[in-house]
Amino acid sequence: MRLNDEERAMLAGELGEVRRWALAHQVAVGEFFDAADFVPVSQAHVMADTESLGEAGVRFLEQLAAAPQAERRVRVPTITDPRGIDFAVYRRLGQSERMAALERRAIDALRAFGALMTDTCINYQTIMAPLRGEHLAYGDTGVVIYSNSVLGARSNFEGGPSALAAGLTARAPRYGYHLDERRRATRRFRLSGPPRDLAEWGAVGGIVGEACGSYWEVPLVEGVETIPGSDALKHFGTAAASFGSVALFHMPRITAEDAVVAGPSAEAVQIGRAEIDAFLARYAAPGDKLDLVVFGAPQLSLFEVEAVAQALDGRRIHADTTLLVTTSPEIKHAADRMGLTQRVEAAGGVVAQGICFYQSYAREMAEANGWTRLMTNSAKLVNIIGGYGYRPTLASLGRCVDSAVAGRVL
Amino acid sequence: MPVVLRCHKGIGPAVVGTALVAHDNFSARYDLDRVKGVFSRPGHKLAGESYVDRILVLDNAKGGVATAWMLHEMRARTIVPRALVFNRVNPILAQGAAFGDVALVERFADGDVTRLIRTGDELRVDPAAGLVEILSRDR
Repeated sequence: MRLNDEERAMLAGELGEVRRWALAHQVAVGEFFDAADFVPVSQAHVMADTESLGEAGVRFLEQLAAAPQAERRVRVPTITDPRGIDFAVYRRLGQSERMAALERRAIDALRAFGALMTDTCINYQTIMAPLRGEHLAYGDTGVVIYSNSVLGARSNFEGGPSALAAGLTARAPRYGYHLDERRRATRRFRLSGPPRDLAEWGAVGGIVGEACGSYWEVPLVEGVETIPGSDALKHFGTAAASFGSVALFHMPRITAEDAVVAGPSAEAVQIGRAEIDAFLARYAAPGDKLDLVVFGAPQLSLFEVEAVAQALDGRRIHADTTLLVTTSPEIKHAADRMGLTQRVEAAGGVVAQGICFYQSYAREMAEANGWTRLMTNSAKLVNIIGGYGYRPTLASLGRCVDSAVAGRVL
Repeated sequence: MPVVLRCHKGIGPAVVGTALVAHDNFSARYDLDRVKGVFSRPGHKLAGESYVDRILVLDNAKGGVATAWMLHEMRARTIVPRALVFNRVNPILAQGAAFGDVALVERFADGDVTRLIRTGDELRVDPAAGLVEILSRDR
């Protein structure tokens, strides 16, 4: 990689050990992907839940955070992805004091870098939406795909260490979706009818993601005749990223960039009612005892929290079923202020802030609470959570709530 | 004479070990029970298999960003694959390998690496040189 004078100074340790580590890490990754040089970034977004970090990762952060302040402070606004613990509800969820203690240590270390503890994977809805062409170092696949596609921003998937490094150096290696030539569509899909709800938008994202199967494929999705809305594209994108590691999609007249197709234009893969129903049927379990309903992955927007509250009004969740809503601190605060939290809790539900279910020690929560059958309207979550020992079912928000009241999958 | 497979220059140290192969994808968060050291995702072709100290030969990296931290965490507990040999990876797996100092190579010149290498093959992975040697194979 070509390095400028400042980058060479960082790599030589002239700006301290923290920035030396950061730039060395970025050079290793950049050279692996044949990056020619670095590109300045305006924001970094650090995924650093303690289940992923473990004791070793937290200790690593603490060692960096012990450096003198001038050497350890981030150089661009650096925000955080959901954490593993909401200190207001962790005991109710069966999380342990050990987990909470590790979480406190990680938060202290991240604050020492100057990170803004946003604890969210919907920052594009709640904190500050990036602009078209803005180069970023975002560290959550759902955040990256939405920002790249809907908003036309430019980021690769930057995992926790790399996003932190980008915050410390204010730059990222210039490869992948920073480059014009990588942003051309490589696969074509055509929707033959509109998905009916967010779960179905997630199902379509899952179908597209599975068909692409690679970070380096860029789907073009045609046939979307009406504007889907931010939450629909949020679920579509997170599922495409989860099932296929996809980081950018194009929808003509809806997403930010003109969809240039790379190479000869192949025939479009059709996605209609039969394909969506088949996707949902993979997770069907009618009549099963229902342990847990989760609304999250990604965190809920204010409108989604309101939809859960409306669906629960005047009802009572079954005594043997837990219903959990996860959202960002900003939306939780708004939901508290507007009475939405109270409406969910009056029905027996839990509204947690700053976490996302699968980033919160899902396996240990299952063991502590005896949870197996999980229901959600998040296609991303059903894709992830099987590996943690759950049996997931994907359905609309309304059917998830009806099932939570009945105590079994409807 | 060992078979030599050429690939793009990789990340991490040169290592020797035994291959565990499947034409499937990989995410540490989605697919592994990192306490027991086994593939835990029911639909994964290696479900139930131990990954500890094996050279994983797989198709592609998938899913979320957690692997960037998790390889480091797994290495600290010595419940970690010895190397990662893939057809293609996403940035997360490369970042995780760089952070966790785990050997990683991808982009093979001779085609699908999950067909070129078999489970049980003894391999030498040399990321700096951009090659994998098949040292021995049970017939």
